[in-house]
Amino acid sequence: MAMTARQRARVSLYVQAGIFVVAIAALILATDWETIGISVFNFGKIGPMFPGIFVTGLTNTLIYTFLGFIVGLSGGLLLALMKLSSFPLYRWIASGYIEFFRGIPALLVFIAFGYGVPLAFGVSWNITVIVMVSLGMVASAYIAETLRAGLQAVPKGQLEAARSLGMPQWRAMITIVIPQAFKIVLPPLTNEVILLTKDSSLIYVLGLTASQYELTKFGRDGISSLGAGLTPLLVAGAFYLVITIPLSFLARKFESRTARNNR
Amino acid sequence: MNDVVNNSRGGAATIQAAGVAIKDLRKSYGSNEVLKGISLDVAPGEVVCLIGPSGSGKSTLLRCVNLLEQPNEGTIHVGGFEATDPDVDIDKMRRKVGMVFQQFNLFPHLDAKRNCSIAQTKVLKRSQAEADKVSMHNLERVGLGHLADRFPDQLSGGQQQRVAIARALSMDPELMLFDEPTSALDPETVGDVLSVMRNLAKEGMTMLVVTHEMGFAREVADRVVFMDGGVVVEEGVAEQVISSPTQPRTKEFLRRVLDPTHIDIEE
Repeated sequence: MAMTARQRARVSLYVQAGIFVVAIAALILATDWETIGISVFNFGKIGPMFPGIFVTGLTNTLIYTFLGFIVGLSGGLLLALMKLSSFPLYRWIASGYIEFFRGIPALLVFIAFGYGVPLAFGVSWNITVIVMVSLGMVASAYIAETLRAGLQAVPKGQLEAARSLGMPQWRAMITIVIPQAFKIVLPPLTNEVILLTKDSSLIYVLGLTASQYELTKFGRDGISSLGAGLTPLLVAGAFYLVITIPLSFLARKFESRTARNNR
Repeated sequence: MNDVVNNSRGGAATIQAAGVAIKDLRKSYGSNEVLKGISLDVAPGEVVCLIGPSGSGKSTLLRCVNLLEQPNEGTIHVGGFEATDPDVDIDKMRRKVGMVFQQFNLFPHLDAKRNCSIAQTKVLKRSQAEADKVSMHNLERVGLGHLADRFPDQLSGGQQQRVAIARALSMDPELMLFDEPTSALDPETVGDVLSVMRNLAKEGMTMLVVTHEMGFAREVADRVVFMDGGVVVEEGVAEQVISSPTQPRTKEFLRRVLDPTHIDIEE
């Protein structure tokens, strides 16, 4: 008995949904709920995390991310302009930098600036400076590529029109090209902020005083002090989502706005 | 080479018109030579139309005048500047040379008035109030004073091109370059742009216009220059070149442009 194309499609859908349900059920059955309840979802014991994780942790994560982003944005813009320069040396330096910092784990950069630089130069940096530099240097490599694409997406005629009005190259870039490029890269730039928010957690490898704790450090601290197993990390993760999900919505909003008009 | 030409439309503004002198101009892209020794003079207040088939080098010639393209050989004088002098202050020279592009190239992030005022404040260092006044004057001049707060994407192609003309005029240029200003327009908006250009010509502006609008060239241009293959094939009084060309290539081109449906049996 032959089925029509529509019937076949429907049966295929049912089969897929069925496999999904079976997989979920198997997962639930295989889970050791008693242990999970004690060491992952043990919300009864996390009281002492509050209000610190909120007042200090969330705030510090936001501050570290913001500082890293500011450095990353400035450095990224500089690198993007270097990469588009007609002077080869600038292009090589920018390419080398970008490839290097995109190619190594951010964790290594944190260790390098947290421990390596103080050893090498006999200086001791404030934790805020270390975060700014480490996070900023990694971010600028990623942001540079995003901005370069944005700058190249601005039609050549815009620069020509600005130059033909007597604007010097730098003035035309600042007044005409860069503002348009920023509008183009707003959605991917917002995604960079999301990545940065998560990368700021890497600061846990450095020695922090209590007032410098950010979300992940609070989570790890909670694991050893509260006896609620991994539950504190779950709480920290939830706080990250509080930051990243709105950013994600924002990125999508920018995207649809850019699609509607280019002002 | 500067010359004051009185505004024939009532003397509200006096255009300081500059002339252009191009001598033996050559320009190559790699091994492809697009300008093969062009010499052309435009007197202050004169309107010259460049016509010719696509790829003949007209746009390249125009773009060499304000150095959007760098010529390889030859000299260009614009007003008191020698554009081809390596030490020339390009930005200072470009203030005197207005350019209108085929694709308008309005700044999409700025409204019409700001499009006109941005270079006045940033380059000429005019106050915002003064720049706004000049911008409004020029937007009214092109018939768009009532749309000053519109953004480019809220304007039709013809309106955008008129804003682009107002933007160039706001810098008080002594010479205007038009690079196929109506080629990207819907047919019904071409007339508005051409009439703005006609008025500008009447006011005594020096104009160098690359165009396919033969009617405009015949009516407004003092002289028409026909280019083909990177050389000037024929030039002369507009009416004469268009109505009774002497060179075979000019005849052939004009016949195709003026009567596109004509089929040449011999070909």
